Amino acid sequence: MSESLLSIRGLNVQFSAYGRSQQVLHDVSLDVPAHSQVALVGESGSGKTVTMKAIMGLLRDPPARILSGEIRYEGRDLLKLPPRERKKLNGTEMSMVFQDPMSSLNPVFTIADQLGTILKYADRRLGRSRSGRERMARVLEVLAQVRMRDPERVAASYPVMLSGGMRQRVLIAMALLSEPKLLIADEPGTALDVTTQAQILKLLKDLVADRGLALLMITHNLGVVRETSDYVYVMNKGVVVEHAPAAELFSAPREDYTRSLIAAVPRLTGGMRFGSAGARV
Amino acid sequence: MSDVVNPKAAELPRLSNAYQNWYRFSRNPTAVIGAVIVVLAILAAIFAPYITPYPQHAGAVVNFRFRHLPPSGTFWFGTDDVGRDIFTRVIFGLRVSLTLALVVLGTAVPFGTIMGLIAGYFDGWTETIIMRLTDVALAIPPLVMALAVAAVLSPDLTHSMLAIAALWWTWHTRLVYSMTRQIRSQEFIEAAETLGASKFHILFREILPNCISAIAVKTSLDCGFVILVGASLSFLGLGIQPPTPDLGTMVAAGSAFLPEHWWESMMPGFAILVLALGFNLLGDGLRDLYDVQEVK
Amino acid sequence: MTVPVLEIIGLNKGFPVKNGFGRTVDEVRAVDDVSFSIAKGEVYGLAGESGSGKSTIARMIMGLERPTSGDILIEGRNLGGGMAAAEKRKLVQMVFQNPGSSLNPRRTIGQSLRVPLEAMGLAGRKIDARIGELLDMVQLPANFAERFPHELSGGQKQRVAIARAIAVQPRLLVLDEPTSALDVSVQAKVIDLLVDLGRELELSYLFISHDLSLMRNFADRIGVLYRGRIVETGRSDAVFENPAHDYTRLLIASVPVVTAEEEAVRPKIPLIDGEIPTAEALLALREQERRNPTSE
Repeated sequence: MSESLLSIRGLNVQFSAYGRSQQVLHDVSLDVPAHSQVALVGESGSGKTVTMKAIMGLLRDPPARILSGEIRYEGRDLLKLPPRERKKLNGTEMSMVFQDPMSSLNPVFTIADQLGTILKYADRRLGRSRSGRERMARVLEVLAQVRMRDPERVAASYPVMLSGGMRQRVLIAMALLSEPKLLIADEPGTALDVTTQAQILKLLKDLVADRGLALLMITHNLGVVRETSDYVYVMNKGVVVEHAPAAELFSAPREDYTRSLIAAVPRLTGGMRFGSAGARV
Repeated sequence: MSDVVNPKAAELPRLSNAYQNWYRFSRNPTAVIGAVIVVLAILAAIFAPYITPYPQHAGAVVNFRFRHLPPSGTFWFGTDDVGRDIFTRVIFGLRVSLTLALVVLGTAVPFGTIMGLIAGYFDGWTETIIMRLTDVALAIPPLVMALAVAAVLSPDLTHSMLAIAALWWTWHTRLVYSMTRQIRSQEFIEAAETLGASKFHILFREILPNCISAIAVKTSLDCGFVILVGASLSFLGLGIQPPTPDLGTMVAAGSAFLPEHWWESMMPGFAILVLALGFNLLGDGLRDLYDVQEVK
Repeated sequence: MTVPVLEIIGLNKGFPVKNGFGRTVDEVRAVDDVSFSIAKGEVYGLAGESGSGKSTIARMIMGLERPTSGDILIEGRNLGGGMAAAEKRKLVQMVFQNPGSSLNPRRTIGQSLRVPLEAMGLAGRKIDARIGELLDMVQLPANFAERFPHELSGGQKQRVAIARAIAVQPRLLVLDEPTSALDVSVQAKVIDLLVDLGRELELSYLFISHDLSLMRNFADRIGVLYRGRIVETGRSDAVFENPAHDYTRLLIASVPVVTAEEEAVRPKIPLIDGEIPTAEALLALREQERRNPTSE
């Protein structure tokens, strides 16, 4: 699978606390080919968040320990890179879209300040430099890319002046600053209203398509998976239980776990019978 | 999303709260050092007559043959101007410092906590009166207040304690007030209200237990400060009166013989330092343990 | 016709907007002339996004907020008309959205369940027996009474919250997004429990949620709230199969779905300039089209 942009092989991670330990990832393998939209779906405790943190190099040791496995990005094993080299990739090659539009932005700085600072540090890591004006131009450019109607006004705003949906767009713009090839989205839009969530998901889909990005979507929402992804990995208790193209997974799930997960989602068409009298898969 | 990152919620075998706290506490060296100092000081104070080499030196003993002797195997901390063993007197002096802390905080903390709960839960006049009262009290330095009280009444330990306690409660009121404000808007308080719980129940059964760890941290840090204030008062002659051994008084008395008989004020001074440090380390350790942010 | 369990007539709630001097300069209408009723054993769903006023309505029914005008009748009796708080609590109870914050972290499950029972006047062994009974009703083992909330999973906590709410044997339960914090498989089981309890205890539910798919399957009738107004109401299958209002259509069209059948019946998302419009923009556009049908 050398053509994969990101490829995880046999990842085992263990957590230790209070002198005891517990393995939370068991032989996790997954592939994100370039220009693809992959989803990693699971309920709480499934290990999807740990997997994401491992990819981004955000796992703290202790309590987490990577026992074995490799995480290859464009062929290079991220786990073997010196920390300095590893850090260079974050925000530049792979970017993260954070989940919580409320707490991911610092309330005391304007959007332009925050995006400008991030860009400055990203440039510095890459040994590039840009004037203040060039930085500002780039900030306005990414704000326009996330389809803000009035980028100048947004740039001059403080986070509290923006709605939840606008802040989520700012977070996406933040991820796009240094033109990454891979976007990792952690539950995007779940903190938002359905109509706003629909806008955000469409924006993400369009961006990925227009700019040729790869998207790894981490979520618990199967509806979001079906709307945005073409390949799906299902995790449960630290194990990838099933992976398949999205259409196949939703129409003909192979594993009982996947089947029960899909069956538990209430249908817009109704017909789900609740109560002990009802029977689901 | 913190589900697995927080191993408590993961499938680790269930551990009791007490065990988890103990485990974390025991891994925190400063907290352990602080706790050891505090426990040793308390034990030493309680058993002072049995562990000190010359318990009779705690009183008005005069022994001019041994005056101004430097620290040695016989007199570990040296002797004072009337020939009494300083080590013995330092250990006895702990009793005064610890009693001061116990009495001041024993009255100020419960009172301050109750006022904070009331001010935080009820709006309007109750809140305004209590909180403005704390503003006034916070504007007066405890030492100045103690000096004033000692000047009006008479200079002794009881009056100093009264003066300090009369100001100290306000710190706890402010702490508990801000926490109560935060907690009362949480759903479990609303739930209790809609279920018909009494005000007393909400204040003392629902809100107070959530403040206890912050109060414990603050109280522990306060012990160090109260001991320092008490020592300052004694140093100024407004605290405990001779011949009862008191650390602050001993520092003051010994300062007359500085620098050649340095041990006479340095040794009790060192004891104050260690005791205050012990309480501070313990308080910091508890703060880390409970992850309390409210106490600065 | 029998008296409805809950009847809401012309309910309004305005929040004052104050200027820097504390003077009221404007009013935000959070709830605007809302009327609906819930029959015995019925599940009524209030669907709406943030700012729609759905939580304010729940809080007014619970007496946590006072209406500006309008009436809330429970079994034909007016809540505003001097009904004693204790009496009201026996009629309506609430299950809060976040099981993590609706239970006091420092109190055991048993202690939390005692609150409504003590308020009812039960005492001694009767309370313990009833706690066991309540835990059994929500399918939790009796020994959970000894546990603290952090030892329970989200679903288990929500079961406890349900047990606490039904302790006083109310007629109506207000469910404020009771499963939005839970995993979907856990959600299904909690809804199963609610449906069973509803049948067993002849409870009516006011189900407040933004999860339209869940509402479709759980509620008998629904009302769609937009900016404090009910813009559409009816039997839930009728509303979902044939939404009349533009906002309802946008809302349903925005729901991510998991099957092709759902996709087939779901209205297409209206696009303005290739973008999904905000509800505000869409409604403004439609209004304009209605006034001026020739333009376009």
